[in-house]
Amino acid sequence: MTRTIRVTVNGQEHERAAEVRQTLADFLREDLELTGTHLGCEHGVCGACTVLLDGEPIRACLMLAVQADGRSVTTIEGVAPADGLHPVQEAFWAKHGLQCGYCTPGIIMSTCAFLREQPAPSREEIREMLAGHLCRCTGYHFIVEAIEAAAKALAPPTARPTHQKE
Amino acid sequence: MKPAPFDYAAPASLDEAVSALATAGGDAKVLAGGQSLIPMMALRLARPTRLVDINRLPGLDGIREASGMLEIGALVRQRALERWAATRSPLFAEVLRHIAHPPIRNRGTVVGNVVHGDPASELPALLLCLEGVVVARGPRGERMIAADRFYRAPLTTALAADELATAVRFTLPPAGAGWGFAEVSRRHGDFALVGAVAVIALAADGTVARARLAFFGAGGTPMRGLALEQALAGRAATRALVAEGARAAAAALSPDADIHATAAYRRQVAATLAERTLAAALARCGGPR
Repeated sequence: MTRTIRVTVNGQEHERAAEVRQTLADFLREDLELTGTHLGCEHGVCGACTVLLDGEPIRACLMLAVQADGRSVTTIEGVAPADGLHPVQEAFWAKHGLQCGYCTPGIIMSTCAFLREQPAPSREEIREMLAGHLCRCTGYHFIVEAIEAAAKALAPPTARPTHQKE
Repeated sequence: MKPAPFDYAAPASLDEAVSALATAGGDAKVLAGGQSLIPMMALRLARPTRLVDINRLPGLDGIREASGMLEIGALVRQRALERWAATRSPLFAEVLRHIAHPPIRNRGTVVGNVVHGDPASELPALLLCLEGVVVARGPRGERMIAADRFYRAPLTTALAADELATAVRFTLPPAGAGWGFAEVSRRHGDFALVGAVAVIALAADGTVARARLAFFGAGGTPMRGLALEQALAGRAATRALVAEGARAAAAALSPDADIHATAAYRRQVAATLAERTLAAALARCGGPR
């Protein structure tokens, strides 16, 4: 059983037939060949497949592609400007916030949405957010530092906190 | 593709949704947020023959507060209630932030979580603690199911296969009441090994007018802490009385053992959390709730 859906992905509109039991993650990877969205556990635990749905982070493995009809999706491929890296990506690069990189796209997507809502998070708040993402290289310390650095880079000069809460 | 094949219905009205459920012969599942259903389908623990996707139904996304009740429609995401609660209810805010993670809460619905009936989940216990009601619509019309009668076994509720839960209603703690919430889990966002939520209201003379306690992760369904509620009713809530009642309430539980914790550990933690949530509730009496 298939349905035709219209979905905007990274600003580009697609009209495709999707099998109703296909997840959004498989649709992005297999039909649109956007393989930056990674699949780890495929039941919502690991966070590797996190994408933005109308700007909010969601698990692409826990949504059917047909449910994305009429919605707008942003994947890791849609984060960076044409001529470089997004400040969050830049911070992960500068602070060695990735090792094998498998969990990274999901973490970057969550971080982009997280810092929009909490522009100056404490380390504890960062760790609470990261509880939804598994990094099996266990490089969490550097990931936390990368997110702190990204928060500083994204903050407008006037809004920069004088010190980070521990 | 991980889920087994199914027939997909995306009704545009409540009547169509109910009829899509009723004509599926008991094998249909309602798809709202899908944060529990899709994992079960991916693991093929659930193989519904039909999914009734209610996401396009109008009028189910409201959060309404009226005459001491909070009504939450079937399409209200957990994240939406969390945002509502941030400025209006510290109790709901505290409970919501313990449910999984933001990407899950952005899709997962409040009603879906309540109706899924995971005994280790926070909202079913909150529904029990706040004398909640599930509003169910089926081919025979609408009915209200009280939380006390809703949960029957793990993932098993009083909702019939051809019924759709259109809303849940919580009784908000009255003015002056205090609340407490605590859970023990391995990581933030995990299902609780054990948790408790309590509300207490004091009479003018300082004795307990009403105490209400519910446990989660401590049995096959969310469980009331009746022994503690009864021990406190009409009396001054001294530390000794709370501790004694907490032990009695925990002793009445029949928690399961699994790879994460033994039944004895869960019962012991339940007693401690009951004591803590009651102490917190007493300390918060008269404050925001």
